[in-house]
Amino acid sequence: MSDVVIRAEGLGKRYRRGLTGPPETLRDALTRVISSPLAAMRRPTQEHFWALRDVGLEVRHGEVLGLIGRNGAGKTTLLKILSRITRPTTGWAEIHGRVRSLLEVGTGFHGELSGRENTYLSGSILGMSKSEIDRKFDEIVAFAEVDKFIDTPVKHYSSGMYVRLAFAVAAHLEPEILLVDEVLAVGDVNFQKKCMGKMGDVAKAGRTIVLVSHQMNSMRRLCNRVTWIDAGKIRMDGSADEVVNAYEAAMSKAGGAVAGSREGDHSRGYFTGWEIVDQKSSSPHTMDFVGPVTVRFTLKLLESIKHGHHGIALYNADRQLLWGWAAYELNLGAGTHELIYDFPLLPLKPGIYSWMVSFLDHEELIDKGDLAPEFHVVAESLQHQRDEWSGLLNLPSEFKTRPSILTEASVTK
Amino acid sequence: MASITTSQPVVAPLPTPVHAPATVRIEPPHGWLDLRLAEVWEYRELLYFFVWRDIKIRYKQTVIGVLWVVLQPLLTMGVFTLVFGRFAKLPSEGLPYTVFYLAALVPWAYFATSLSACTSVLVGNQHVITKVYFPRLVLPFAAVCTALLDLAIGFVVMIIFTLAHGFRPGPAILLIPLFVLLAQMTALAVGLWTCALNALYRDTAAIVPFVIQFLMFASPVVYSSTLVLPKWRALYHLNPMADVIDGFRWSVTGRGHAPGPMIFVAAGMVALVLVGGLMFFQRIEGTVVDRV
Repeated sequence: MSDVVIRAEGLGKRYRRGLTGPPETLRDALTRVISSPLAAMRRPTQEHFWALRDVGLEVRHGEVLGLIGRNGAGKTTLLKILSRITRPTTGWAEIHGRVRSLLEVGTGFHGELSGRENTYLSGSILGMSKSEIDRKFDEIVAFAEVDKFIDTPVKHYSSGMYVRLAFAVAAHLEPEILLVDEVLAVGDVNFQKKCMGKMGDVAKAGRTIVLVSHQMNSMRRLCNRVTWIDAGKIRMDGSADEVVNAYEAAMSKAGGAVAGSREGDHSRGYFTGWEIVDQKSSSPHTMDFVGPVTVRFTLKLLESIKHGHHGIALYNADRQLLWGWAAYELNLGAGTHELIYDFPLLPLKPGIYSWMVSFLDHEELIDKGDLAPEFHVVAESLQHQRDEWSGLLNLPSEFKTRPSILTEASVTK
Repeated sequence: MASITTSQPVVAPLPTPVHAPATVRIEPPHGWLDLRLAEVWEYRELLYFFVWRDIKIRYKQTVIGVLWVVLQPLLTMGVFTLVFGRFAKLPSEGLPYTVFYLAALVPWAYFATSLSACTSVLVGNQHVITKVYFPRLVLPFAAVCTALLDLAIGFVVMIIFTLAHGFRPGPAILLIPLFVLLAQMTALAVGLWTCALNALYRDTAAIVPFVIQFLMFASPVVYSSTLVLPKWRALYHLNPMADVIDGFRWSVTGRGHAPGPMIFVAAGMVALVLVGGLMFFQRIEGTVVDRV
């Protein structure tokens, strides 16, 4: 394939266990060699662990690939290998094109130097030539909004200013391939928006990005593809929504409550399934829009029920009850029935949900449980970019401002 | 093997550029001959920035600043003159003690500072090498260049002193850059080994000051090399710094004696140690990040 820019096969990285312990001293090493030269020649069988094991991937030109996984899963190790910061223990990778990596904010910054000096220093360390920095200097300073302080030592900057300048330098790299590690979650809201914008511009310009982040909203928004790395291996790879949903589900299952199980002997009736009844939707169990939606549940009754009670509940992946409702005194004959819900709006945040439905004959349970498959919501997020400010409701809203018609006197009274 | 193939990219790919983009292959380290010196040349601007950074920081942090660069060799010279000149009354090849010691202290200070800086440069820059790629060789190269500024300033002071005492340097002064080069290559040759070792075994940096101290007495800094018994002279002059210091004294003052043919043997030895150091350094640089 001519447009594959990153190709890797069998990448593995082994570390000596106890790396965080006191480093071996030259004295120890020499003593070992002198006291038992043969033993020293033999590789000591140290405890080791594989941070990455047999990882392969292909990234095409212009693709935005996200890497997700728990802390310690190996995402940063993979990025470090692709950045050439450390060499793999096994396997190989080939990269076609100029690579720049952004693994932290403020690489190379030194407190004693001024903002201007640090811009040149950091820019050079990150891979820009001096002429490039000269060319972009004013842009960088403007982006960071530190014009007045550009010649003061950076140790006098507030943390916000520091981060803005550091990111401004990094944001003006123009590599063909950009490897980014969790640096997007810095700065205040406005600055974050700017950074997102810049990342987006980079992506739109056709550059390839590999991005590690814990912000699932950013992953959904920015990435074409996401790879989930678990304990050093690839656990899943696919579209951003697919993998992020699966990851979130697994994360909540790991700590959250277990989904309800199916109850009822089903001898008198049972639910056969459910689906979204809309042409707009791409799949019958996925809602990828925000707007009026109709959901249909199919109930098969083997006998007629005169006093049917029906309950429905909507749960999210954390097993929180989002909505519940019930219908009473339903008189249904034997056969297949459709229970149809018309919702004017289902403002759910993207994720995985489940419908729990029940049907009873008065007090006697006929069928109750979560209906498979799960309900996937992949609508565009209408919420705050940061996960911590992203709530359960994906509410569409219209925002406007206008001068107040109340006079100050009437307000303060 | 879990190899993943791609799905359709959402963004249409850009047309392939006219010139083929550089391809980099990433592999576990193997072999000893992969010196990659061309890559260091590509990153020469970064080398300049590292040198510039270290010089700037040093001068920003000292209150006395430039003055210290001038004062330090003068103060040491003063102590040596008192101790080794007046008290011990060591011969000084017909030169006044001040000139004798200053001519040796300037190149020696350069060597000692460079070797020290070179040893700790990887560990000292760990916050950078763990976050960004550049050929690690750039760092030791930069370390042996930073002190050149101090050398230049010290050299000026030395010339002033020498002229003030009535000595005129001869045409041999043109050889000074060569002596400096030998001192630099010696510092680099030894420094590459100590730097790599220090990244692997953190106590190496504690040993180096002793090595430097020993080397100082093995070099004609506080005494004249004419004091060395003839049967030991050849061995003595295998020490490249011995030749450098003799060379400095001779070319700056016009007195003293020129370094003998052993300087070429010493240079050859330095070349060997340098190549060995490059090989060792490049061999471990790929995984040194795991150890710092």
